[in-house]
Amino acid sequence: MEFDVQHLVELIPEINESFLQTLYMISIALAVAIIFGLPIGILIFITDKGLFLQNGIVNQVLGFIVNMIRSIPFIILLVALIPLTDFLVNTTIGPKAASVPLSVAAIPFFARLVETALRKIDYGVIEAAIAAGGTPWMIIKDVLLPEAKSGIISGITITVVSLVGTSAMAGVVGGGGIGDLAIRFGYYRYDDTIMITTVVILIVFVQLIQLIGDKIAKAVDK
Amino acid sequence: MINIHNLSKIYLTKKGKVKGVDNVSLTINEGEIYGIVGYSGAGKSSLVRCINLLERPTSGIITVDGVDLTTLKSEELRQARLKIGMIFQHFNLVSQKTVFENIAFSLKAAKVPANKINDRVEELLVMVGLSDKRDVFPGQLSGGQKQRVGIARALANNPKVLLCDEATSALDPTTTKSILKLLKKINSELNITIVLITHEMDVVKEVCHRMAIMQNGKVVENGNVYDIFASPNKELTKEFIESVISFELPDAILEKVTGTLVKVVFKGDVAGESVVSDTVQKFAVKGNFLHGSIDYIQDAPLGIFVMELTGDRAEIKEALKYIEERTAHVEVIRHGV
Repeated sequence: MEFDVQHLVELIPEINESFLQTLYMISIALAVAIIFGLPIGILIFITDKGLFLQNGIVNQVLGFIVNMIRSIPFIILLVALIPLTDFLVNTTIGPKAASVPLSVAAIPFFARLVETALRKIDYGVIEAAIAAGGTPWMIIKDVLLPEAKSGIISGITITVVSLVGTSAMAGVVGGGGIGDLAIRFGYYRYDDTIMITTVVILIVFVQLIQLIGDKIAKAVDK
Repeated sequence: MINIHNLSKIYLTKKGKVKGVDNVSLTINEGEIYGIVGYSGAGKSSLVRCINLLERPTSGIITVDGVDLTTLKSEELRQARLKIGMIFQHFNLVSQKTVFENIAFSLKAAKVPANKINDRVEELLVMVGLSDKRDVFPGQLSGGQKQRVGIARALANNPKVLLCDEATSALDPTTTKSILKLLKKINSELNITIVLITHEMDVVKEVCHRMAIMQNGKVVENGNVYDIFASPNKELTKEFIESVISFELPDAILEKVTGTLVKVVFKGDVAGESVVSDTVQKFAVKGNFLHGSIDYIQDAPLGIFVMELTGDRAEIKEALKYIEERTAHVEVIRHGV
């Protein structure tokens, strides 16, 4: 194994571009995961047995769909969703295209994390809000979300870190990204310099995300 | 104010059906403080949760202020709950919201206009004595202060009924006293009917007008607190009373007692000691006080004394008859040797 600095300098523009592609894919997938995963997670929680919008059918159907998507290996999901990707973004290659399956995978993942965060709320607090005459919407907005805020932020952190890993597979559809660069140069071409550099970038990136995520989660907890 | 008729709550568990509340009927009058006492698992918590339908009864009827809540649709039930406040053992405040926001929640539920919420919260904070804690988070408050916030939240919409679920059980004795004082004040000044469930007989003695004692989902005894303390009928009731007014004599004393051991109960204004001294003068007996106290229940004195009577057996019998006629209750604990 050798580390060639000259070679690294040559490839800096490519590394830069890959990193931006990773950021692009993760940002889109994260945004979509929050927009859809948050309500789904809340819905699964409040329709569960004993909760204030108990509804067996909704709960089980949502639970089934979430489990189903989560059980499909990402690489298969990536290919299987090509028609949907084409329909949504009018292309099947590039980072934009890779964002679609990444988002689809991230929604149920994040939804479960939201549900877990909500389950940690002391039921007595919810009961008190019901006794006070709170509407379901008020209970979600003024009780569930504030009480689970810290847990949900931790969930976002976990989702981002997981997306960093998953996005490495985006290369299959030409999505690019730093993970893809590591696979292309390190795995296929035995280019140690690029492999080591990209892995180090990924390690630092993930550590930073976790650090910032933990800091925010702690800061918002009163 | 609250009518409970043949109420049962059955839970389905893995081991089969469990009767949490078993055919309970009770009437709680407007403006009174009603205590429901029992050990944990007696069903008192289920019973109180049936009053505002946090738990739906399996059978039976509960009416609050003339309305049978089980017949209401969800929006009507929500409206009805605005008029039934509730406080909890563990306060159940939203930890991520300030004291102000916690109290404002109830007002928002009642659709109170935003510009009136501020004044009403300030008013409630004055009432519970927490004006300086308006923008503090619950985590920075003591247990007693948290319960005061709970009370303010429960009273925000001027409810007719306040349900207290072991509201003082997590508090130390001094704080318990101050919270009970506040509940008493709320009851007398705002004429709010209070239903209070507890396992602490002290609490009932301190504030309740009437009470019920529960065991295995059933009400075993109920009535005026004073009367129940003066003459309990059931073993369980006696057990609870002894937890606050105990007349157990040390074995060393009991061994020395040779005469007839009697317990005498004086109610109200009957001057207990004078009856006893009259007795001793009238009959050829000697009285020896071993234990006793006067407790004040709802400001009415209740005297209970344990004494040893020595003398001729026939004289003692006459003396007991004399005392019985003049006091609430005489009980021979042990006959003389």
